[in-house]
Parts: sequence; C-alpha cells; structure tokens
Amino acid sequence: MGLLTVSGSPHVHQDLSVKKIMYGVVFAMIPAMLVSVYFFGLDALRVILISSAACMFFEWLIQKYIIKGPVTIDDGSALVTGVLLAFNVPSNLPVWIILIGAFVSIGLAKMSFGGLGKNPFNPALVGRVFLLISFPVQMTTWPVPRPLFAQKLVDTVTGPTPLGILKEGIKDKANTVQQLFDEGIKAIVDGQEVFYKLPDYVDELIGFQGGSLGEVSAIALVLGALYMLYRRIITWHIPVSYLLSAFIFAGIFWMIDPTYYVNPLFHLVTGGMMLGVFYMATDMVSSPMSPKGQIIFGVGCGVITMIIRFWGAYPEGVSFAILIMNAFTPIINRSFKPKRFGEVVKNG
Amino acid sequence: MKTFKSGGVHPAENKLSANVAIQPLQLSKRVFIPISQNLGAPSQPVVKKGDEVKVGQLIAKGEAFISAHVHSSVSGKVFKVDEVIDSSGYRRPAVIIDVKDDEWEESIDKSEELKKEISFSKDEIVKKINEMGIVGLGGATFPSHVKLMVPEGKKAEVLLINGVECEPYLTSDHRLMMEKAEEILIGTKILMKGLGVDKAVIGIENNKPDAIEHLAQLCQNYDGITVQALKVKYPQGGEKQLIKAVTGREVPSGKLPIEVGCVVNNVGTAFAVYEAVQKNKPLFERVVTVTGKNIHNPQNFLVRIGTPVSELIEAVGGLPEDTGKIVSGGPMMGKALISQDVPVVKGTSGILLFNEQESHRAPLKACIRCAKCIQVCPMGLEPVLLAQLSDHQKWDEVEKERVMDCIECGSCHYTCPSGRPLLDYIRLGKFRVGQIIRNRSKN
Repeated sequence: MGLLTVSGSPHVHQDLSVKKIMYGVVFAMIPAMLVSVYFFGLDALRVILISSAACMFFEWLIQKYIIKGPVTIDDGSALVTGVLLAFNVPSNLPVWIILIGAFVSIGLAKMSFGGLGKNPFNPALVGRVFLLISFPVQMTTWPVPRPLFAQKLVDTVTGPTPLGILKEGIKDKANTVQQLFDEGIKAIVDGQEVFYKLPDYVDELIGFQGGSLGEVSAIALVLGALYMLYRRIITWHIPVSYLLSAFIFAGIFWMIDPTYYVNPLFHLVTGGMMLGVFYMATDMVSSPMSPKGQIIFGVGCGVITMIIRFWGAYPEGVSFAILIMNAFTPIINRSFKPKRFGEVVKNG
Repeated sequence: MKTFKSGGVHPAENKLSANVAIQPLQLSKRVFIPISQNLGAPSQPVVKKGDEVKVGQLIAKGEAFISAHVHSSVSGKVFKVDEVIDSSGYRRPAVIIDVKDDEWEESIDKSEELKKEISFSKDEIVKKINEMGIVGLGGATFPSHVKLMVPEGKKAEVLLINGVECEPYLTSDHRLMMEKAEEILIGTKILMKGLGVDKAVIGIENNKPDAIEHLAQLCQNYDGITVQALKVKYPQGGEKQLIKAVTGREVPSGKLPIEVGCVVNNVGTAFAVYEAVQKNKPLFERVVTVTGKNIHNPQNFLVRIGTPVSELIEAVGGLPEDTGKIVSGGPMMGKALISQDVPVVKGTSGILLFNEQESHRAPLKACIRCAKCIQVCPMGLEPVLLAQLSDHQKWDEVEKERVMDCIECGSCHYTCPSGRPLLDYIRLGKFRVGQIIRNRSKN
C-alpha cells in the first residue's frame, strides 16, 4: 500500500463528464443527420463532415500554436459546434464558406473568449449569423429536398423555405395564407414559371421542406431532444418556455387575423425553430442556470423569434433571438436566483 | 412516496453489509478516547495517568451548556492523558487507557431484558441523557440533552427519528433498526416524554423495506409513533431535508428545526437514549460499519469508543493491498483519514475503504455552466457561484449568497461533469464568513 489519499468529501462521483455530455448531444443529432442525408443527399454529409473537421482543426490549431496550452479537442465540444454549424447552413454551401464559418465559430466566438465554458454566445450561431450577413446569397440558396431513391419530383434544384414563401407571399397582403398553401407564389426559373407552395404539416414534420440541412425535420429533432431530456443533458425549462411563448405569441395574431397570420403550429415546425429550441437555446454555456432564469430566457427567445418572423427583414428569427438572449444571460443569472431553501416559511 | 422537493442526487447505494448482523468487536489492548467528541465546548479530563478506571466511568466532564461528558469504554489503567490525531487530522487531547479485563460500573444494567416502563419525569430524562454523555449519533454529535431543552417561546410538536441512512455503504442504522427495534421505540418514547410531545415519526428510505415493515409492525404497540417510508434520495438524512420530506415544513434559513416545531434524532441516538435511561449505560460503544468493495466480508461491529480504526480493519481481514483511501463515515460526507491509528469516536458511523483507483479525483476540466450543481443543491444555492466568489475572496458576496446555508452534503461536487471541487471552495467560504460573522457579533 502506498500513501493514503486525503481529500475533502465527497469521495464518490457521478459517472458524468463533459465528454459524455458532448457526445450525448452528437448522438442526439444522429436522427436529424440521417434525415438531412435522406432529403439532401451526400451533399449534406459533405457539409457535416467538413464543418466538424474544420471546427476541430481550428480548435486544435489555436490551442496548440496560439494559446500553447492543453489541447482538448477530444472533449467533443468542437464536434458539437461543427455539427450544429452544418445543421444551420444549406447543403449546397461551398467548402470555403463552410471553412470561414467554422473559423468564426471556433476562433472568434469560442477561443477568443477563453475557450469552452467562457463563450457568451453560442459559437455555431455566431458562425451562422456571420455567414448569413457576409454571404447572403449563398446562405439563402436552398436546395429543394429530394428524397433519396425517389423520382425527380420537382423541376428546380433550389427554392425558398416555407418561411420565405410566407414572408414573400403575404407581403403587402398580396396573398392570404390559404392561397399560399393552395397555389403558392410565382417565380420565374430559367424562363419558366414555377409555383412554390407552402408544404403541408406532415411534410414539415418529417422534413420534406426547404431549409438549412439540419433544421427541416421536426420529428428527428424531437427524437434527439427526448434522448437528451432522458439523459438529463437538457432540462424542459428552455424548450417548453420557448415553444409555448412562440406559440402563444403567434397564436394571438392568428386569432386576430387568420387570413394573413398562419396557424401558430406552422411556426413551430418550420425554419430553425426545433433546432434552435432544443439544441442551441439549451446550450449550457450560453444559457441561464436557474430554472426561473431559463424560463425567462426561453420566453425571450420565443417572443423575439416571432417578432423577427412577423416584422423583421429576415423570414427567420431563431438565430438572432437566441443570440440576443445569450447577451442577457449574465443579467438573468444575477436577477433570477434559484428558490433558496428556507427562504419562504411554509408550514403545513 | 414522500421526499424533499428540491435538489438531491442518487449515488450508487452499495449497501454491502445490509444483511450482516451486528457483532461485538474484540476488545482492543489500548484505547484512545478523545475527550471532546461532540459539537460545542471541549470537555475537561477528570482522570490522570495511573488511575484505574471501569467501563462506563466518567473520564471527561462537559461543563458548558453545549457539551457532553465522556466515559471510559474499557476497564484498566490510564496510560496517559495525551494527544491523538482524530478524523479531522488535528491533534486532540485524549485519555489513553491500557485495557485490563472488562469490568463494568455496577450501576449499569448489563442484562438483555427489555425494560419498557418509563419511570422518569421529563426533567430526570434530560438529566440522565446529559449524565450518560449522549450525543447525536447521526454524525453531527450535537449533545442530545440540549435538543430536549426547548427554548423559551418555542414549542416542540413532533419528534422525527432519522432512520434514513442516505449515505451509500453505511448500514449501521439499518442493522440497529432490524436488531434493536423495540429498544429504539422505547428510546423514542423516552425522547417524546423528554420533549413533551405526543407524536413521533420514524423516517426510513424505501431501500430498507425490511426495516420499514419491522418497525411499522412493532410501533403499533407504541402510541404516537408512526413510520414514514421515504423515496431514496440523498441527502434525505439531512435534518432540514428530513423535516421537509416528512412534514412539508421548511426550516427557515439560519434557524433550528424547533422553529417549525420539530426535533430530529437519529435511530442510533434513540437506542443510546434507551440504554442510558433504562439501563443506566453511558455512551461508550456504537455500531460501526466496516465496508468497501474490496473487502470480502463487510461487517457491522459494535465497537468501544477509542478503538483504533486499524483494529476494525484487522477484523475484516486486514487492509487490502491496493487501498488508496480510508474514509471515516460515508462516501458523501465522510472524512478521509490520514492514518489507521485514528480512534473510533461517538460520531463514527462507518469505516470505508477505497482502492487506489476509487481514491482519486477526476481530472479538473473547465466549468461548462451546465448548472447541474444548482439543480442538485438541496438548499437551493448556486454552488458554482459560491465557489467562484470564494476563489476570488469576495467574502461579502459569499455571505449574501447564503454560503452559511450550505450543509456540505457534497451533491454539487458529486455531480459536476468537470470534476470541479466546488465543496472545497465553499467550505473555505463558509469558514471565512463564519469568522467574519463571529467577529461582527463581538464588536
């Protein structure tokens, strides 16, 4: 026997690590990855692999040669950022733009703040928004989903997202929501007239809609989210408050004017809502810590998302909403403390 | 099933010795009895080198209000009054006795006969418990007679008997409930009388269904005592958590349980009270679980106070080759011992051996602000914040964030995926803020 270890209690620890949490998130994203490959083909896989490898490479590069500290790319956090960044871009994005996105995510949004745990904003979202503003054309040229092995269903290779159709369609009250479902909006592609209709709810749930490669399938994303909830990687507070507040906010306007405001359920299953709600708003590092704070954060995200979708210049508001609320995280943490035991005297 | 509401964790239970009957441990050749084994003021030795003592003889007197007497656990000759290293790692004054025979004070009733009738008045009970040096055996070692003296203006309504034993590995309370149930119930009755309450609830976690059933059946013969099964959740054995779980009441921050009409005693204490009051027996022995994954036959020993830990380990086959850590108490709140020479004291509930691999902490990683420490804190604190503020020595803020509410259950460090020693920092914060508060009250 060697010397005895003398350390403070506790002497046992939960079988939990940053690595397990991060790879748990990656595992939860597998259904959405599969769906993306199903609808967008090997292009989707290409983007996911390049983005992940690039994020891990930049983290390694910066840790080894700039910070000259320990290299921690095996903890999985760069991989999570890489996959999330890929999920947030169209599947036809050129390699060089993906690389810029990865560099901004890891270099600017994460490492410059001190690395894992120190970044105030979600790195993948910073990368996405940077690309969206810098390369608006490439970032909003959406490949039309084509189920693998299926016949060629549509004539064009790119087209708008449902939220894009909605934004464009009801501008100046040119169409009613119902018309957008029935007839769609007209566009001229290669000299031919095509009509883009809003997809029905079943298509939106399984992911048969245009959009960033990882955001299209609500079902796949919810499946992964359930796994994360089960593993307690995330708690219900942010997703539920986010979805509920967005639903209520959109619902109010829909009830007032159903002709020009779409059913609130539409907003929950289109765009980046499900991806943002479950995988990015819940980012541990950049979201508040107390249950109360998380609910405030979720409500803020939900409301801002809908404000941008209704009245903003962009058809989509999830990324901006989460980044804006990320900025409020420190003040939310200071203002909304967990309920202290023994603070309120309750006898009964 | 009842439990406390906020926070808590569920570590692997590892109750390896749950079905092993209590065995008296062979007498040691020499015992080292620290003269202060309880919370509160230190006691003063009343024997000197060369004195002959009997089992149960008073050897140190607790004169202050919050203090307790200490009695000899053996018969023999006082070798010297010196210092020994205790579980805290500090040297403490102790009476060292060379053991000869096993001669008990005549006043102690050594018979096994169950004495049910309580012939003492409320005041006599308090006095008796004080005389016999009874302290809380759950680990905090608060002098038991003090708990029975309800302060002016407060009223005790219910006595809670703590049979939770939420620490993994430990089984001493479990075995006591299985083997000394009647004694515990009579002890509970005595405590009820001493407190002047007519209601007592024994809280037991439902990982001990045999104990729940056994006590529930027996307590039908004891008016006012009921058993409450509780969902397994650490740290339910914490006083405030137990009160919350059983009664739904929340002890206000910085206050004692009596504030909400409750007094909590451990089942081991109830048993000691029975022996003290009915059998005239001072507290000089207790049940200690000796356990660990690489011990072949984990045991529950009845051990005389002052017995060196080495003898308990010897009795289970000696220290395993790859032992890396010896813990006095449970794995969540116990103290790592610096040597095997540390003596068993009134508060020693178990001796737990870890192998080399189990003994080390996980490598330290960056905090990812996952908030798991906040989720598991049973006191609704923010361990990550308290640790950070302590690290930055911002004592004012540490105090404002209620560091003194921390019960040091260790759930935060237990759950931290980055292996951050949150409780180490918080202990530092508590220590400094405690000093500041004491200095403030002096001025």
